[in-house]
Amino acid sequence: MLRPIPDTSIFDLRLAQRGRRLNKLCAALCSPAERDAFKRDEEAFMSRFGLTDAEKDLIRKRDFQGLIDAGTNIYYLLKIGSATGNGLYKMGAQMRGETYEQFLATRNMRGAV
Amino acid sequence: MGKVVGGIGLSHVPSVGPVVDRNRTQEPAWKPLFDAYVPVREWLQRLKPHVAIVVYNDHAADFSFDKYPTFALGVAERYAIGDEGFGTRPLPEVPGDFGLSAHVAESLVYEHEFDLTICQEIAVEHGFLVPMNLCFPHAAHGWPVRAIPLQVNVIQHPLPTARRCYRLGQALRAAVASYPADVRVVVMGTGGMSHQLQGKRFGFMNEKFDQWFLDRLEAEPEELARITHQEIMEQAGAEAVELIMWLTMRGAVAPRARRVHRHYYAPMTTGMGLITFEE
Repeated sequence: MLRPIPDTSIFDLRLAQRGRRLNKLCAALCSPAERDAFKRDEEAFMSRFGLTDAEKDLIRKRDFQGLIDAGTNIYYLLKIGSATGNGLYKMGAQMRGETYEQFLATRNMRGAV
Repeated sequence: MGKVVGGIGLSHVPSVGPVVDRNRTQEPAWKPLFDAYVPVREWLQRLKPHVAIVVYNDHAADFSFDKYPTFALGVAERYAIGDEGFGTRPLPEVPGDFGLSAHVAESLVYEHEFDLTICQEIAVEHGFLVPMNLCFPHAAHGWPVRAIPLQVNVIQHPLPTARRCYRLGQALRAAVASYPADVRVVVMGTGGMSHQLQGKRFGFMNEKFDQWFLDRLEAEPEELARITHQEIMEQAGAEAVELIMWLTMRGAVAPRARRVHRHYYAPMTTGMGLITFEE
């Protein structure tokens, strides 16, 4: 069995169950028409997938670590990131509690983006 | 008869896709990565494979948690390019090899008792396409090899064990060898190396671990296959579990296969490793 690791989310079946609605919403964002619908009316889009108020709030606030903790798989989260103009490294900086610039300064070759 | 003529372990990251599509491969931050593949492509031209079996993972582009297979094999005549949420890349469809796929499926299920999910359609994405871009660049009219996707669950625990992935590679080797047609096959295992993409440990890499993994993959793969997901995640980051797919590649080439190329570059958030083996 898996043991917890500090500062790390391990995406297991319990987390997957918690994140079902969020991951369904994210999966839909693999279609251009759905991405447009999300950008046009985020609230309606979230309601369509039956998100709870707490889940909706995480998306409204672009709270990426909160979304991970609520069961969004990282590879699904990337789709919300993309639809909201937050690439992986911007989301990562937020999860580390850093600005984007601060995060880039920690990298070996910050041009490889 | 079929023959596995080589194996390639290599990392995939989505950012390589747009770099290829916008012809940015010679930029200083990317050049070290792409330069490492120049001798690999020359080597592949000498090996003349007909088919690449790509052991990879989908990143929620075409597979979803509604039903999530542990091992999924493509048995199509062609594979579409998937949209993983950033738009569909301008790439030609990838030609498959139905005959070999069907044989591999039957051999793995009947002879080697791997209970696969069989897929008549798979839209492939960066986990599959970045390795293809690096090793088998496409032309306007298409790709230089046929390809067979073998998708592995490395994103929703419980994952298959590293040893199971190694055994899958050994079974794949036997399956190819029992194919009646003369077909030369390269097996690619892709993903990782060290990386974590969430939590306060976002951006974690461990070159020492990655180099150790490459050493063991070459010299002691059977031993390396005993590594647990827990050990990989603790030492190399939660998303580094993709490395178990490298063991499938290693199982598919001979234990004493000669290591030909090896390279490592870690510019941003993922250890980008490369290792090749020749029979």
